[in-house]
Amino acid sequence: MSYLTSSPIDVASLLLEARDSDGALCLFLGVVRNENEGRPTTGIQYEAYGSMAETEMERIARLLATEFPDVELRMQHRVGRLSVGEASVAVVALSPHRSEAFAACRAAIDRIKTTVPIWKKEFHPDGSSHWVDPTKK
Amino acid sequence: MQIRILHFASFRDAVGRDADVRELSEGTRVRDLWASLGHEVPLFARFRAMPPAAVNREYVSGETVLQDGDEVAFLPPVAGG
Repeated sequence: MSYLTSSPIDVASLLLEARDSDGALCLFLGVVRNENEGRPTTGIQYEAYGSMAETEMERIARLLATEFPDVELRMQHRVGRLSVGEASVAVVALSPHRSEAFAACRAAIDRIKTTVPIWKKEFHPDGSSHWVDPTKK
Repeated sequence: MQIRILHFASFRDAVGRDADVRELSEGTRVRDLWASLGHEVPLFARFRAMPPAAVNREYVSGETVLQDGDEVAFLPPVAGG
């Protein structure tokens, strides 16, 4: 499965087929909210350097497989124009026990946000928009 | 030698194009290319340090020497999630 999708993320399919040894499934969804830093937001346009984003998410998966050998990780990031309430990213971590599932899920989303070449443009009710720069918080 | 530069998000808006093809002399480093773009793109000239760069879809340092056929991208601050 591709790490990027231009269609709505199919969360149900990401939850299918746990291994018999799995006792925990941790799901994180990033969702478009209606404001950012006090400014109302109507939607977000996600843009990716697609081929590099795939490579980078594969690298994250490989590194986390080393750090959490018992965890199976599934990740998907949406690209395109999203409305408030839609999921932009999903991470699923399956593990025999919950502590590794939580930790791997957290580590995955934190790394996705740091290194994967994806950008977002926020749209506001007055029709204006701007590229989000997380380094300027 | 010839390389291809891709522009994304705010950098594409600043340049006005998705991509450029450039003729470079042998031995040109990533940081040399960034410096030369700074002469053409006002936004780039305002950066104190070179932004993260990728060659052929992998992060590289500014010292990386470019090769014929490379795909180069300077990356605005990423904001996935």
